[in-house]
Amino acid sequence: MKILVCVKQVPDTSGAVAVKEDGTMNRAAMAAITNPDDMNAIEAALAIKDQNPGCKVIALSMGPPPAMAMLKELLAMGADEGVLISAREFGGSDTFATSQILAAAINCVGLEKEDLILCGRQAIDGDTAQVGPQIAEKLGIPQVSYASRIEKTGDTLRVRRALEDGYMTVEVKTPCLLTCIKELNTPRYMTVRGILELDGKPLKTLGYDDLKDEPLIEADTIGLKGSPTNVFKSFSPPVKGACVMMGGSGKEAVEKVFELLAQKHVI
Amino acid sequence: MILSEKHQMMRKLFGQFAETEFTAELLERLEETGEFDWDIHNKMAKYGFMGTKIPVAYGGQGGDSLAYCLMVEEFARVSMVLSIYANTSNSLGAGPLLFCGTEEQKQKYVTPIAKGEKILVFALTEPGAGSDAGGTLTTAAPDGDYFVLNGRKTFISGAPFADYAVVYAKTDPSQRGSRGISMFIVDMKLPGVSCGKPENKMGIKGYPTSDVILENVRVHKSDLLGPLHKGFAAAMKTLDGGRLGVAAQGVGIAQGCLDESVRYAKERKQFGRRIADFQGISFMLAEMATELEAARELLYSAAILKDKDDPEASMRCSMAKYFATEMCNRAAYKAVQIHGGYGYIKEYKVERFYRDARITTLYEGTTQVQQMVISGGLLK
Repeated sequence: MKILVCVKQVPDTSGAVAVKEDGTMNRAAMAAITNPDDMNAIEAALAIKDQNPGCKVIALSMGPPPAMAMLKELLAMGADEGVLISAREFGGSDTFATSQILAAAINCVGLEKEDLILCGRQAIDGDTAQVGPQIAEKLGIPQVSYASRIEKTGDTLRVRRALEDGYMTVEVKTPCLLTCIKELNTPRYMTVRGILELDGKPLKTLGYDDLKDEPLIEADTIGLKGSPTNVFKSFSPPVKGACVMMGGSGKEAVEKVFELLAQKHVI
Repeated sequence: MILSEKHQMMRKLFGQFAETEFTAELLERLEETGEFDWDIHNKMAKYGFMGTKIPVAYGGQGGDSLAYCLMVEEFARVSMVLSIYANTSNSLGAGPLLFCGTEEQKQKYVTPIAKGEKILVFALTEPGAGSDAGGTLTTAAPDGDYFVLNGRKTFISGAPFADYAVVYAKTDPSQRGSRGISMFIVDMKLPGVSCGKPENKMGIKGYPTSDVILENVRVHKSDLLGPLHKGFAAAMKTLDGGRLGVAAQGVGIAQGCLDESVRYAKERKQFGRRIADFQGISFMLAEMATELEAARELLYSAAILKDKDDPEASMRCSMAKYFATEMCNRAAYKAVQIHGGYGYIKEYKVERFYRDARITTLYEGTTQVQQMVISGGLLK
């Protein structure tokens, strides 16, 4: 059994978002992190592996070569293999093209009956939540989104979906794809031993030549040309300060506000 | 020094762990109660930090001395006392066992220490034998298959909750000074072993320190560690590793002081400008940062030399400890100065850094003892 986890390296948006003059995001100027929801997907995979010793966890990512550093961190957490899908032809892909390429890569790695695909719900740079479900559609397998609890018994998964107004529990059989949310778990850290044992773990790159014969890969379904959507403009919304509630009566609250403004040399 | 990719990953791991797990609530609790926190100990143990530098064969992570220094540094950057939680087992705890233990002793003691299941402390210091460890008065007299230990050890970090202690005792009273001393692994639950009241310390609160009293404690000869009468040489080798750890604490504290000071200097306004715009403040920051980098380079090079068994390593470890710990006290002084009156208030991190920094020039060999080691190496 294997668990394929789709991960993305994203700019850390917890700090300031750098935007280029042309309106696109300046990724080089921002620290790169593993997309937080994808970390929950990795943790879910590793937790299943802990319970099923024969299970193999493979982290897949489409991105430029620096994303290799992220895959190494996932291997140091306990994943068994890393696959970077990287080629100039894949650059500029939107969610449609990305899921097309990832689905082709999953076909290339091989999806068997007892296998599972895990994705994060959405990436913090695009926030579309489209890639996971699109991969499932393109592979023709069932999907369960917003997984907040996963119980695996044989080839059956009982998944609790977190919806806006409650939970929905569904059962699904492998092979299938789940998208994971923060509520699912707390991702583990790397370990020193995991870092030291990195050299023994397979880490490979799938380029255009490796995937070009896959049926899903066509010139008009991948990369910028194959993307129905294009980013018109990115910008940072004006920063809002943290909200502080002033208790007490109206007069007391006003006095506190005056005090704070004086402390900050505003008045 | 440009770290290898793996060491950079380790730094990231240790930093992430410290920043996430060493919460303000936890640090406050440690300060207030002074008690050992088992939850964070267990969490550190789960990730193998108790055995970062211990070989995989004995349940450790198999890291080198540089990995160990990076861990202590990153932990101390956030909390000095919590750096000690993971430090002891890697240095003074498992150190003597790895240096001189038999295979059986290593399997029996090092493995549970590396996994954090057992805690072992280092009991060398006595009321009358601090820097002059050769003046040890604790005795161990042979009696059949046992040694009978009597004496008092003082300032033993971790003693109140330890499972075992490596105790240094005089086995040959006819030999003077540091000769005739042997090491024993003492189970803290043995009849005759007791601990004094935990000391009320200036800093590193949350890792209790007390005396260990030994009254006719019968230790089986299988728990004699290393050669009879020659324990002191082994103690010295362990101290080299321990000194690296304390130097790393110094580098970590100084980094914490610098980070807090830069942040505060950019935020705090006086005379209508941020205080960072005044040279009196900005030059202090420049000095802190430069000294810190120098200490860090010295520390990392000492760690690498130690792993190569370089003849210079012992002297370099002492240099690192001497420079890094004095440097971190200067950094803590400046950090409080930059914070002004606020730096004297417990709400601000630098107040804790200032108190915690003070121990680093004292324990595991004072600055003056390091100077003796360094000058001894130069003048031999």
